[in-house]
Amino acid sequence: MINLASRDVLHGWGKFLFTGVGLGLLIGATLTMGGVFRGMVDDGQVLIDNSGADLWVVQQGTLGPYAEPSSLRDDVWRSIAGIKGVAETGNAAYLTIQMAHKGKDTRVMIVGIEVDRPNRPGAPPYLTAGRPILQGHYEAIADERAGLKLGERVKIRRHDHTVVGLTRRMVSSSGDPMIFVPLKDAQEIQFLKDNDALVNERARTAANPAFNRPGVPGLLEAAQASATQARSVNTVLVRLAPGADPTAVAGEIQRWKRLTAYTKAQMEDILIAKLIATSAKQIGMFLVILAIVTAAIVAFIIYTMTLAKVREIAVLKLIGAKNRIIAGMILQQALALGIIGFLVGRIAAGLWGPAFPKYVLLLPQDAVAGFAIVLTICALASSVAIRAALAIDPAEAIGG
Amino acid sequence: MKDIPAIQLTGLKKRYGTGDAAVDALKGVDMTIWPGEVVGLVGPSGSGKSTLLKCLGAVIEPTGGRMALAGDVIYEDGWKIPDLRALRRDRIGFVFQAPYLIPFLNVTDNVALLPMLAGQDNASARKRALELLTALDVQHRAGAQVSQLSGGEQQRVAIARSLSNHAPIILADEPTAPLDSERALTVVRILNDLAREYQTAIIVVTHDEKIIPTFKRIYHIRDGKTHEEAGEGRPI
Repeated sequence: MINLASRDVLHGWGKFLFTGVGLGLLIGATLTMGGVFRGMVDDGQVLIDNSGADLWVVQQGTLGPYAEPSSLRDDVWRSIAGIKGVAETGNAAYLTIQMAHKGKDTRVMIVGIEVDRPNRPGAPPYLTAGRPILQGHYEAIADERAGLKLGERVKIRRHDHTVVGLTRRMVSSSGDPMIFVPLKDAQEIQFLKDNDALVNERARTAANPAFNRPGVPGLLEAAQASATQARSVNTVLVRLAPGADPTAVAGEIQRWKRLTAYTKAQMEDILIAKLIATSAKQIGMFLVILAIVTAAIVAFIIYTMTLAKVREIAVLKLIGAKNRIIAGMILQQALALGIIGFLVGRIAAGLWGPAFPKYVLLLPQDAVAGFAIVLTICALASSVAIRAALAIDPAEAIGG
Repeated sequence: MKDIPAIQLTGLKKRYGTGDAAVDALKGVDMTIWPGEVVGLVGPSGSGKSTLLKCLGAVIEPTGGRMALAGDVIYEDGWKIPDLRALRRDRIGFVFQAPYLIPFLNVTDNVALLPMLAGQDNASARKRALELLTALDVQHRAGAQVSQLSGGEQQRVAIARSLSNHAPIILADEPTAPLDSERALTVVRILNDLAREYQTAIIVVTHDEKIIPTFKRIYHIRDGKTHEEAGEGRPI
């Protein structure tokens, strides 16, 4: 038996292909939207994985350090290091800033890490170029997406930093590239006030009678000195000893140190389920709308194509073609349109995805699911046209 | 089989609508067509020609009377055959005013489609198609697209399609309307030759004054009733 669907498509292949390409661009937009969501999830995941930590110790009762502000004294790590099951600790400070670079602003996440020895929790796990930070001040390792080059000097707040290393896929949960600097620099950047503010603050403190009490010498100086110290960090990253139970160690820290400690699973929940929940719903809504629009467009295209063949379908019915042959022709055309559309869409998403400012992750399993959904939508959408075709009266071929 | 009519209608009726809005398109048509005969069916617009053709083609259901094809009762107080599509496919060929060929199939496949729908394999269906195209002198256009054919060639391909399943009956609805005199007479000659060769009963609905004199028998239809008269049977 002749395949009527393929013959019809080949007869007007240009029009069919053009329609498929148009549909493909819409499918490409849908796949990209899904890729943006996957990219957000992946950004959160790499942030967790690349920190090299098993536990995140943060200020009590906060969802820090990524989802909420958290502030700890930078010597808290000493007491944590003594808890059974803790192999290594590392202070870390995180701050997202707008950095001026080559005449344009770049949003980056500054990460302060301890640089006294390599592979401290929080340090980038690998470099694509250069070396680790060796000095206690004014060196930096940048993610490639920050656009910095090795040896380049970049001004971060008050000080210039030299880029000594480059890394890749080290981003914040928002997808901003990270710049790693020594912890002391990050503490200054985050907690230390500027000179004008310090002068102003000193004057206010000096004018406060509470710091000028008779018989308490040195009180004002002590208060002034403490105002110029930056001794806080956002989190203490903990690496556990082999075989240690993360939940048990986190429980110990919470119980004895009056701090909050999150395991990897809990941090994933915070970053992926809580932090991007609204964005995920937003993208989900877009995906649903795009799926409905795609279905409506496919239904409209197939319906129009079918109505253009009313006479041919009437003749086919008149000469004895069974309903399943006519329905099969329409269904096959709808599926062919879906296949062309999906291929064009997948290629388009792959081409324009890297141009997006945020990471677009197109997963093979999403492509497979997307393909199945497109085919299902096309099959369902073709039912409208099939109903119309089966309702065509064979008498229309005779006229009168 | 010559003594069994290919088509026999007895008091065939068709009413559209109900109540006050009812219209009697056929008011008791009697008609007998023998195998190998080419019969004209003429009448003014609205006389019931198309309704009669649709009843004969099992496209619409009559509302009364009796219809038999080659001795088999097809209709009598309802259809007597459950699969009307199979009836049309296997026993009735259609030729329309416009050829209504399938534009996305080439000439051979347009003719071969019907046998394929009936279950024949592609090779034998195409072989049959080529035989018919040769018989109708359009074999040189076998691989062409429909849009590349002239009006006369398209009509001959349509006739070939109607014959492709060895249908014993052909219903031709104004088959010469779009053709000039010469081509119209060629089509009628082809129909006569086929009727003679394959013993096919052919009913030609027409207004065409050029071809009416060629029929040996003519049924006139007016106000839903037919009366038969002898035609001139002018040689073509």
